[in-house]
Amino acid sequence: MSASVLELHGVHKLFGDNHVLRGVDLTVASHEVVVVIGASGSGKSTLMRTINLIERVDDGRILLSGDDITAPDVDVDKVRARIGVVFQHFNLFPHMRVIDNVTLAARKVHGIEASVAREKAVGLLSTFGLAEKVDDYPDRLSGGQQQRVAIVRAIMTDPELLLLDEITSALDPMLVGEVLDLVRDLKAQGSTMLMATHEMSFARSVADRIVFMHGGRPLEVGPPEQIFEDPQHPETREFLARLTHR
Amino acid sequence: MTDRAAVEAFSPSALELDRRLHRRRASRRSVLIALVSTLAFAGVGGWLVVTSPGWDGVRQMFFNLEIAADSFPKILEGLWLNIRVLFFATIAVAVVATLLAVMRSLRGPVWFPLRAIATGYTDLFRGLPVLIVLYLVGFGVPALNPETRIPIAVLGTVGISLCYSAYVAEVLRAGMEAVHPSQRIAARSLGLSHAKTLRMVVIPQALRKVVPALMNDFVSMQKDVGLISVLGAVDAVRAAQIVTAQTYNFTPYVVAGLLFVAMSFPMIRLTDTVSARMARREQQGGTV
Ligand SMILES: Nc1ncnc2c1ncn2[C@@H]1O[C@H](COP(=O)(O)OP(=O)(O)O)[C@@H](O)[C@H]1O
Ligand SMILES: [Mg+2]
Repeated sequence: MSASVLELHGVHKLFGDNHVLRGVDLTVASHEVVVVIGASGSGKSTLMRTINLIERVDDGRILLSGDDITAPDVDVDKVRARIGVVFQHFNLFPHMRVIDNVTLAARKVHGIEASVAREKAVGLLSTFGLAEKVDDYPDRLSGGQQQRVAIVRAIMTDPELLLLDEITSALDPMLVGEVLDLVRDLKAQGSTMLMATHEMSFARSVADRIVFMHGGRPLEVGPPEQIFEDPQHPETREFLARLTHR
Repeated sequence: MTDRAAVEAFSPSALELDRRLHRRRASRRSVLIALVSTLAFAGVGGWLVVTSPGWDGVRQMFFNLEIAADSFPKILEGLWLNIRVLFFATIAVAVVATLLAVMRSLRGPVWFPLRAIATGYTDLFRGLPVLIVLYLVGFGVPALNPETRIPIAVLGTVGISLCYSAYVAEVLRAGMEAVHPSQRIAARSLGLSHAKTLRMVVIPQALRKVVPALMNDFVSMQKDVGLISVLGAVDAVRAAQIVTAQTYNFTPYVVAGLLFVAMSFPMIRLTDTVSARMARREQQGGTV
């Protein structure tokens, strides 16, 4: 049994009266890829944001490699430095070149020398077909290229956990493939990932486990074959049926 | 390479050539119309002034070439003081305004006192007329400690800086608020602290957004440094006033005014250029 990178125990989150997360229990093992699916508004993004400490949980505990990151005295910057996040809208820094976007955290958070960081960044960017974009500004890049840069930015400091929140939802259908291919590469390299997506065929091919969020909880959790071919709950069946009949 | 080949191969059709000819003609026509109407307005306006019954007196009082030539060196010397005041005030404003803007951007109850101080300061000094601030600082501060003598120009610089820090802080704060929150979240997600996020992500983007507004404030500060004359500092305005008192002629004021305009002209043009360029970028959907 491999050690778990992430453990959620009874996590609750409320926005005013809106009880979005209602006692979420979830673990992600080392090198595991867990895909969260569920209707829009079911709390997938909120789940990610609580793990990244952008939102504070209202109850429960979150452990990152065994450390309680919901403890009141935790250094949030240190925790976030251990987690890589990729957003739906890329959120690259428009005033920085690609290389500076990618090396910012290495230089300013992890104290890595600029030349060392640059060398590593150029290597990663080249691996993912972005060698020519190193010194460009983000607005010169296509959406797919921007999102690939954002992924490189997230993995640059070797985070223990990657959070990917609907990273292809803002992309042209033509550009989705190049981004998903990159995620497959990361899985092959053994990255630990928690991702939310609406790309069901991709979820099926890349996930070790699928989590179906419903009513503020993971209603059904299991390997992709089981969730997609033999869902146990009527809500899961209904959600999947609605997706395939779009 | 392929682009060049394409350009060489492309030659506009007769239709396009015709359109271009038409556009050229139309633009020539509008330039001509603008020119004629400007000249007509200037001519009529000039004629009205020159033929007015008091024109000879006015010309004597305000546009006396001899007095202008006489007073010019003194006024220019005074302007050098204005330029020095402007230089130091600009530095002071840049520092204080940034501090104020950052203080106002702090979130959370712990920071309430700092936030309240910054808010109170900007509210106060944005409302106070510059002239009143100059009087209060220029005559009030020396009265606090009659032993030491602070140069008047320094007090004037402080007064101008106090006011303009408040204006510029507001501009900067607006710029910081215009940076999309997702940019902060992205920076914090990388593990950057609040301070580093401000310094490396928010402020650089905020500055780009408010460059034209800041340049405008700079232009108006360029002329407001002339107000330090009320404290008795011998700047361009004061120098003009001295000559006027000796000659009973207002020409020196006109000379000083023209010098201020000349000083601000490059900055005004630059502001226009930068604003236009930014507007163009905005239209292209550029992010900064
Ligand atoms: N910052 C917030 N403030 C208030 N309500 C929020 C906030 N973020 C999310 N919500 C609410 O939480 C619910 C879940 O949203 P979200 O986590 O974005 O769902 P999903 O990502 O699955 O579409 C929605 O009802 C949404 O309106
Ligand atoms: Mg979402």
